[in-house]
Amino acid sequence: MNLAPHLPALQVVVPLIAAPLTVLLRRRSVAFGVALVASWLALAISLQLWWQVANTGTISYAIGSWPAPWGIEYRIDRLNSFLLVLVSGIAALALPFSRSSIESEVPPQQHYLFYTMFVLCLAGLLGIAITGDAFNIFVFLEVSSLSAYVLIALGRDRRALFAAYQYLLVGSIGATFLVIGIGLLYLMTGTLNLADMGQRLASVQGTRPVLAALAFITVGVSLKLALFPLHQWLPNAYAFAPSAVSAFLAATATKVAVYVLLRFYFTVFGESAVFAKLPMQQMMLLMALAGMFAASTIAIFQTDLKRLFAYSSVAQIGYIILGLSFNSVNGLTASIVHLFNHGITKGAIFMLLGCVALGMGGTTLARVQGLGKRMPLASFGIVVGGLSLMGVPGTAGFISKWYLLLAALEQGRWWLVFMIVLSSLLAAVYVWRFVEVAYFRAPRQDTADVAATPWLMSVPTAILVIAIVYFGLDTSFTIGTASDAAAALLGGRR
Amino acid sequence: MLTPEQAILASMAVPLTGALLISLAGRMPNLREAITLVTAAVLLAVVLTLLPLVLAGARPSVLLFSLLPGLNIAFQVEPLGMLFALIASGLWIVNSLYSIGYMRGNQEAHQTRFFVCFALAIAATMGIAFSGNLFTLFIFYEVLTLSTYPLVTHHGTEKARDGGRIYLGLLLSTSTVLLLPALVFIWFIAGTTDFTVGGILADKLKPGELALLLGLCVFGIGKAALMPFHRWLPAAMVAPTPVSALLHAVAVVKAGVFSVVKVMVYVFGVDTLATAGTTNWLVAVAGFTIIAASVVALTADNLKRRLAYSTISQLSYVTMAAALLAPLSLVGAVMHIAAHAVGKITLFFAAGAIYTAAHKTEVSQLDGIGRRMPWTMGAFAIAALSMIGLPPAAGFISKWYMVSGAMASQHWLAVTVIVLSTLLNAGYFLPIIYRAFFVAPAADAHDHPHGEAPLLMVIALTATASATVLLFFFPDVPLALARQMINP
Repeated sequence: MNLAPHLPALQVVVPLIAAPLTVLLRRRSVAFGVALVASWLALAISLQLWWQVANTGTISYAIGSWPAPWGIEYRIDRLNSFLLVLVSGIAALALPFSRSSIESEVPPQQHYLFYTMFVLCLAGLLGIAITGDAFNIFVFLEVSSLSAYVLIALGRDRRALFAAYQYLLVGSIGATFLVIGIGLLYLMTGTLNLADMGQRLASVQGTRPVLAALAFITVGVSLKLALFPLHQWLPNAYAFAPSAVSAFLAATATKVAVYVLLRFYFTVFGESAVFAKLPMQQMMLLMALAGMFAASTIAIFQTDLKRLFAYSSVAQIGYIILGLSFNSVNGLTASIVHLFNHGITKGAIFMLLGCVALGMGGTTLARVQGLGKRMPLASFGIVVGGLSLMGVPGTAGFISKWYLLLAALEQGRWWLVFMIVLSSLLAAVYVWRFVEVAYFRAPRQDTADVAATPWLMSVPTAILVIAIVYFGLDTSFTIGTASDAAAALLGGRR
Repeated sequence: MLTPEQAILASMAVPLTGALLISLAGRMPNLREAITLVTAAVLLAVVLTLLPLVLAGARPSVLLFSLLPGLNIAFQVEPLGMLFALIASGLWIVNSLYSIGYMRGNQEAHQTRFFVCFALAIAATMGIAFSGNLFTLFIFYEVLTLSTYPLVTHHGTEKARDGGRIYLGLLLSTSTVLLLPALVFIWFIAGTTDFTVGGILADKLKPGELALLLGLCVFGIGKAALMPFHRWLPAAMVAPTPVSALLHAVAVVKAGVFSVVKVMVYVFGVDTLATAGTTNWLVAVAGFTIIAASVVALTADNLKRRLAYSTISQLSYVTMAAALLAPLSLVGAVMHIAAHAVGKITLFFAAGAIYTAAHKTEVSQLDGIGRRMPWTMGAFAIAALSMIGLPPAAGFISKWYMVSGAMASQHWLAVTVIVLSTLLNAGYFLPIIYRAFFVAPAADAHDHPHGEAPLLMVIALTATASATVLLFFFPDVPLALARQMINP
């Protein structure tokens, strides 16, 4: 049987089937094997899909051969094929990482459940990205969110429970808002297929229910993507989750939520409608700037590295939203490429923090004193990640910043240019808090015997750190895809 | 033999390989130092293979790869970059000899890290020298900042950390907040950032915009230490002296003024700037920096601090001479990059030798030291003459050209500044020489018997002092390169 035409379905089905398998097999090493194979297969499929889309254009796949708009359509274009690669790539690295990292974080008898939830979460995130159906997005969002709550709650610290609960409350409100918005759109258009919905909306554009739907979806998704000031759930969730989960979620969950926002704004509502009827552009700009400055400032005063970099995520999401608010090809390119660049950067940093937590027994600034001596490689890796957050040339972050600056410049908004570079200085401040503690303080006595980092953790981490530099130099994959995707979202407008 | 293209790449690959080997040889200090010296020698040889080609008019270039359309990592050797690479790689050999003596003589810790970072910094310097466009230059400029940070904070003390904060804070924020937007803007306007003879901005901007962009560039290149962004240089003096010598008298600061000249000549274009008449303010700012820094130097008792402010002042000579836009003053600017490099490195070498042999850091402690360290203080005297601009030292030639250029363009403000600052230079250097040779040593607690510093250090500072004199008698190569830059 030829599986090639069914790759879009398999992209989601493979991890989805792996989930019950891990429960049935129970033995943790077997469960790990199943999860690993599933995630690597998912990566292979997403790379293949990306390749196909790049060469032959958008793929439309009808689930169960029911043609759209009646059946559910999986629709893969440049934008979501890019996202699929990010999500499955991070999962393929985070899974081997988790094998060793959860040893000390999760009770052994729950390990198989960890893998179940992990692949379930992966399936959910991939599903959101791949589907062309509005209600399907909601379903997969719930799949990924529910499993993410469980994953976070598995954290060793008791506060992980509270963090998961907090995330659950906020996440549920977000999902509810989203489903209300989708419901309103369904009411007005009679379809759930995103592309179809986009076409039919043209005739009812600007009516009150549609505007209400826009508002509901914006707020709902903004909660999920932790747009400042709707970010409160994020720092706790990242700080107390098991380190593999922090890495995976930090790199993918918020990025997928941003994708949903992009999809609704540009494919469904059409950017003209979004930005004409409501002052969305100004609002997004305001939120983005507030996030960039406020969250970075909060990050400076954190005493725990995980929380520090979690707040940095909120700030970096500000950049992504800022790019969106320009409503231009270069601005959107910046947003999309930053999804990826920030994804690998934060993935790397949280994996490194996992290694540090294992080696030094914690990630508070007080504990990682002298990290440069105790764990020179991990420490250096965090510096590289930090440089990417600052947007230093030669790192992935620089590419995103370049496009953001370009987008601001081409609209002649010099004040925004300076806001962007100033906020990256704030990043320099919080990164340098780490540098000074790691390299200028003598290590503490109680961290004298650093446990060697297992290779299952160090290898995936190293790959991601190298990727930060690689994608800072070779942009053919990232910018090539992102600029195409941006142009497509804006309907070929250059 | 290497092809020119290979030589360009090798000029960065050699120090990088050196850094790798040095880190591997960390446990064997003698081998490690041998690697440093061999690397430095090979690098100079590689750079020298390019010199005859450039003098003959060739402009070898390499396109490494394209980051974005029109945004390439590319290298091109032109006369100015050739000169800068020659200075930096030539002085690296001497400095390595000196560093070995200094680091061992003072029993410094973390010597492996020191030599590794040093080699990385040199690789970045070569990248700056040979960069074929502003974007490549910007990347290596940032790499240079980051790779020198561990050198500045080498001692790891609170003081080193604070110095490092100012160093990194100022250099990073100027380059990020001012230079980066300028870079993006230039790319946006011109569609390229390639260094092109005659500039790439002709007829593209109004004079006001041009002035603004020039301001973003020259202040954004914080390494040129134009006031008010000069504070990083004195702060960087917490570093061990070899670092101050090579990096903060040659590589880093020269990277700054080199970039300023390069941007003005190859991005803006001398003619474009002259037509728009947008550089008078720069002459004024640079002139102010020259005078103000000299006054501060006059009051500084700490020797390295005095030298640091002297550097700030001397760097602005280059910026001011370039901003005059006259052909003669441009030659002066280029010549001064070379002349000040050999002179100032000698002064820092001497300061380090005094610290190593006599453990003295303040000018007021130097009474009679010339009798115990005649070689060191003799070299110091020659270099000081060069700073003041007296024959037979290289500084005379560059100052001659600068004054001629200023007079030719009838820029009397610039002439006044040069004359006044010459007096000030004499005012803060001559007393040191006087103290060293003509005042009897004070018999106080600071005093203890000592001779010259370790031999390697004395050899190094004698060599650079000789170079200062030689460059006076044989200034042909730098002058030829400078003329080529102006009349390609």
